[in-house]
Amino acid sequence: MEFFIISMLNGLSYGLLLFMLSSGLTLIFSMMGVLNFAHASFYMVGAYVGYALTGILGFWPALLVSPLVVGACGALFERLSLRKVHPYGHVPELLVTFGLSYVVLEVVQLVWGRTAVEFQPPELLRGSAFTLINHSLDGLRLVWGAAPAELCSAADAAVRVVCSPFPATRAFMMLIALLMLVSLWLLLTRTRIGLVIQAALTHPEMVEALGHNVPRVFMLVFGAGTGLAGLAGVIGGSTFVTEPAMAATVGSVIFVVVVVGGMGSLSGAFLASVLIGVIQTFAVAIDYSFLTLARDMGWVLSASAQDNTFARLTVSQVAPILPYLFLVLILIFRPKGLLGTREG
Amino acid sequence: MAAVYAFKPYNVGRWVIWSAFALILLCAPLLFRSNLSQTMLTQMGVAIIACLSYNMLLGQGGMLSFGHAVYTGLGSYMAMHALNAVGAGQLGIPVSLLPLVGGVAGMGFAVLLGWVTTRKSGTPFAMITMGVAELVFAMSLMFSEFFGGEAGVSGNRVTGQAFMGITFGPQIQIYYLIAAYTFVCVALMFAFTQTPLGRILNAVRDNPERVEFIGYNTQRVRYLAFIIAGFFAGIAGGLSALNFEIVTAEVVGAGRSGAYLLFTFLGGATFFFGPIIGAVLMIIASVLLSELTKAWLLYLGLVFLFMVMYAPGGIASLIMMNLRVARFGKLRQIWTSYLGLGVTAVVMLAGAGAMIEMVYHLQLNSALGDVVRFMGVPLNAKGVDSWVGAAFVLLTGIGLFELARRQYMHEWGEIQAEIEKEIKRRETAV
Repeated sequence: MEFFIISMLNGLSYGLLLFMLSSGLTLIFSMMGVLNFAHASFYMVGAYVGYALTGILGFWPALLVSPLVVGACGALFERLSLRKVHPYGHVPELLVTFGLSYVVLEVVQLVWGRTAVEFQPPELLRGSAFTLINHSLDGLRLVWGAAPAELCSAADAAVRVVCSPFPATRAFMMLIALLMLVSLWLLLTRTRIGLVIQAALTHPEMVEALGHNVPRVFMLVFGAGTGLAGLAGVIGGSTFVTEPAMAATVGSVIFVVVVVGGMGSLSGAFLASVLIGVIQTFAVAIDYSFLTLARDMGWVLSASAQDNTFARLTVSQVAPILPYLFLVLILIFRPKGLLGTREG
Repeated sequence: MAAVYAFKPYNVGRWVIWSAFALILLCAPLLFRSNLSQTMLTQMGVAIIACLSYNMLLGQGGMLSFGHAVYTGLGSYMAMHALNAVGAGQLGIPVSLLPLVGGVAGMGFAVLLGWVTTRKSGTPFAMITMGVAELVFAMSLMFSEFFGGEAGVSGNRVTGQAFMGITFGPQIQIYYLIAAYTFVCVALMFAFTQTPLGRILNAVRDNPERVEFIGYNTQRVRYLAFIIAGFFAGIAGGLSALNFEIVTAEVVGAGRSGAYLLFTFLGGATFFFGPIIGAVLMIIASVLLSELTKAWLLYLGLVFLFMVMYAPGGIASLIMMNLRVARFGKLRQIWTSYLGLGVTAVVMLAGAGAMIEMVYHLQLNSALGDVVRFMGVPLNAKGVDSWVGAAFVLLTGIGLFELARRQYMHEWGEIQAEIEKEIKRRETAV
């Protein structure tokens, strides 16, 4: 039971981190039609800038400042480069961001080196948020923070006690993502600038005719989207590893999220991120293969079947390809994505 | 309606160009005799087929694929397994036909995977190809029987009966095998652009809606083109398997796919011969440039960025535009600006290059001392004067380049206007 709860929470927190990235990507895509190939690169830049600023300002100011820095970089890129390519169509726009991802990767390696840097979360987040104690007599109990040692061990050998801590960084990640989700939703639906953005999504000429500077709105949206990626980078970088490969690890997964959720659908991106996060986390933890299943069911397999690669493959080994399999299945059975409205 | 019979003269230019291409393929290893240049030429032949097959998607079909290495890579694996089967006596195919095994494999996987990917076009297509590429790469680490795990699959191409003394042992023999394949494949791919399918593929790229209105299924057109591209990609993969005699998982990786995209675009996706230039550049960059400087990926990325921004047609379009200027006899007016642009660009790049090399030196080789040699000049990477000097050169270069660029743009615009006028005049004269 506690395995299920902890894995679920881990999956949810990973999914919410994916959503922090895919929300920016979706926002930029639905607004400008640009698939920002370098989105994960901005995530990486966020992590590294956060790491550098933590050394100067401390973690909490860095958490605030680095998204702003990354967002400013994104806006600058939009202004100087992307806007020039805009008249040529969507494919050159995609190519320009593709080129940027190469340059960013090289520059990051140039400045911070090719190995992982040690980006630790602050003291406050290093422990566990709460601990689930499964006592074979008393049942399941929840203790905030780390559980004292005497609760986790039983004097009587017959009593089984299992303590499962949930890391505070993960809880913090969930908190930030939810806060971001709510504020994004409020911004888009309740404020004036949000209404202008929504209008510019569908009728850019009309909005321009009403006297709004649509290119500037685009620049702001691009800056905001990359800023969100930067925020995710600070949190993701301190929770996981901050290394040059982190962009590639998460990059292809967020593209899967955006396609699975439906191109340009924010709620679809949310659903798909959480789904993929949970599926992947559970798959990694399950050490089951077809062979163990057959053994549990009492089936007798021939020697050649027992030696078969497919039969011996455990679920955790398959975990890396699950998002992509999911993508292929979605494309076959529901080409517009989970909550998408348009066929691409 | 009666068929229209028209007199078709021999297309002399086409014969000249194709004979020249054949001649270059034949003579190149005789001119460049060193071992390094022969391996490079061999790789160029493979890269030409791969980039042209990629351009069938990007340039002719408007399909931006991030996963072309899947088809070249799986073609490599299948050809390598076939080679090992030949070596073990289980398969009776001559070694020279093994690339076709790769081609058929590439085609087979394109039939299978392309069915999913070509359901979409444009941006979703790009993302799905990327997802499929990740899928295949992740699988390559799971199924080590087929993919050989970390070590890869290796084989020996000197196997089976020698035909007229050709064993494919020496590099020069494998070069001529690859050159023959390159010539035939390039010719076939050019022929493809002239077929009705090739023409309708261009129409699907430019205006899919109209193509649907005249009764074609755009999805099927994309699918067919994807399969044909997969076939040629597989041939390229099979050839590279024969050339290297080892296939590792990185041949299906995202880096390889990215390189195909990058260099096809740099060469020029809008003209048929563009990817050939791109392929030659790819080998030069990955073999020579990577030896010369550690920062080559950064340079490559920057060149690509500026190319997309300022010359989206790639090198091929630059050549063709200047050929047009030359044909109208206007090149004489503009060559001084070219000289100015060239000189100022060299100054600017020298400054930027010196700074980049110093940063790389500090980051990677600081244990070797502070002095880095850049274009024959020793620079002290920790000295203020070398930094100030490099910055000065860079800033001067930028300033002068901007001046030269303005002058050039002005002249270029005038010349283009004159050429347009000239074309109009000729049309009315006819």
